[in-house]
Amino acid sequence: MKPTIILEAHDLAIAAILIGLDGLISLGFGLGLHRQLAIAAARMVVQLLLIGLILTKVFALASPPVTLLVVLVMVAIGGREVAVRPEQRLIRFGNYAVGMAAVAFATGITSVLALTTALRPDPWYEARYAIPLAGIVLGNVLNAASLALDSLLGGVVRERASIEAQLCLGATARQAMGGLVRSAMRRGLLPVVNSMSASGVVTLPGIMTGQILAGIDPMEAVKYQILLMFLLSGGAGMSAVAVVFLAARRLTDGRHRLRLDRLKSK
Amino acid sequence: MSARLRSVRLRSALVGPFDIEVAAGECIAITGASGSGKSLFLRLLADLDPGEGEVFLDDVERSTMPAPAWRRQVAYVAAESGWWFDTVAAHFPDLPAARALAPALDLKPELFDGLVLRLSTGEKQRLALIRSLLPGPKALLLDEPTGALDEASQAAVETLLRQHLARGCAIVLVTHQPAQAARLGQRRFVMQAGKLMPA
Repeated sequence: MKPTIILEAHDLAIAAILIGLDGLISLGFGLGLHRQLAIAAARMVVQLLLIGLILTKVFALASPPVTLLVVLVMVAIGGREVAVRPEQRLIRFGNYAVGMAAVAFATGITSVLALTTALRPDPWYEARYAIPLAGIVLGNVLNAASLALDSLLGGVVRERASIEAQLCLGATARQAMGGLVRSAMRRGLLPVVNSMSASGVVTLPGIMTGQILAGIDPMEAVKYQILLMFLLSGGAGMSAVAVVFLAARRLTDGRHRLRLDRLKSK
Repeated sequence: MSARLRSVRLRSALVGPFDIEVAAGECIAITGASGSGKSLFLRLLADLDPGEGEVFLDDVERSTMPAPAWRRQVAYVAAESGWWFDTVAAHFPDLPAARALAPALDLKPELFDGLVLRLSTGEKQRLALIRSLLPGPKALLLDEPTGALDEASQAAVETLLRQHLARGCAIVLVTHQPAQAARLGQRRFVMQAGKLMPA
């Protein structure tokens, strides 16, 4: 693809005036946000430039091990995000294990499926395609997984009495946890449903907007976006299910007990 | 509906060991300060908390059967009742039987047509007891079964429990009322720092 408009440094500088405007608003209304704004804006610029540099290097290298390493680092960071979000933690770094496993599983399957079937770059693991794709899938996957995990861990503490009452009446752990497991999965999947039904009507998805601005034919951009939406929903579903199953397994045991002793508050 | 409950070297990291035998049709009553381990003992018997040792129902070891099967026969009724549907009726697989039992516990049968949200603590406590009694467990582990009840309802619950004892049910009763322990318990114990002492 050939970008029709190349952005120069001074173009960005002009847009940066708007951040200055935000700062003035904060000062004028006493919001106390100007420091945070400045730091966040600076972080954003530095992080993006850095990732741009890294991506340029990695794309040029075109080395499968390096590509895999980059994806693994991204998955690890995503898994960590899933782990730290909930108020409760599974002991022995359970949140990390559960979060990383779910994120790696969902991102891996979804990305490989897209690369080997719909996108088909040659080779399929080419960094230029694999890394950005894994990145966008990861963003959704970690959102779904962290909402689902937060819902499950919070719910299990809140509903301890009702879960144990069911166990005492002879329910299996799976039956007693069923309602909670389902609502945690729902919680993880809702954002995907929302963003699918809103796309194109309420919002123009970021990727599509970016492609159109970069000079791609709108229909082509739309097809890409549809593909992405399917991938993202699939990834979100897989990660929500995986994280909930893995966490629920750690919260129960072979004698059908609710093991809240394996959970501690932050 | 009749069985003998026996624990051998039953303990967890926090309480025990407990070696105790409750005969069929016998009620043992346990009193003791809050935090002394009364509820933990009941939870251990019901296999709700991990621990060591063995529990027998008649001569069948608990470890030879799946935990849900054990808990259907050795029913633990917690002090705080748990509810997982919105309506009261949904919690009772045998609704006609539950309705029939309600007056014996001073409960209006219409309660079953309402929402759990509308129940008082005392109503919940008695309904939870009905829910646990209906499947016909052989042993009952009761944690403060009348904690939230007035005297009339308390007497109704005790009458119902005596009927179960008469049918051979073994009962372990945790109560903070010495008078209730004296009324129902053939033998009485005090829990002190995780150990059972004869009272």
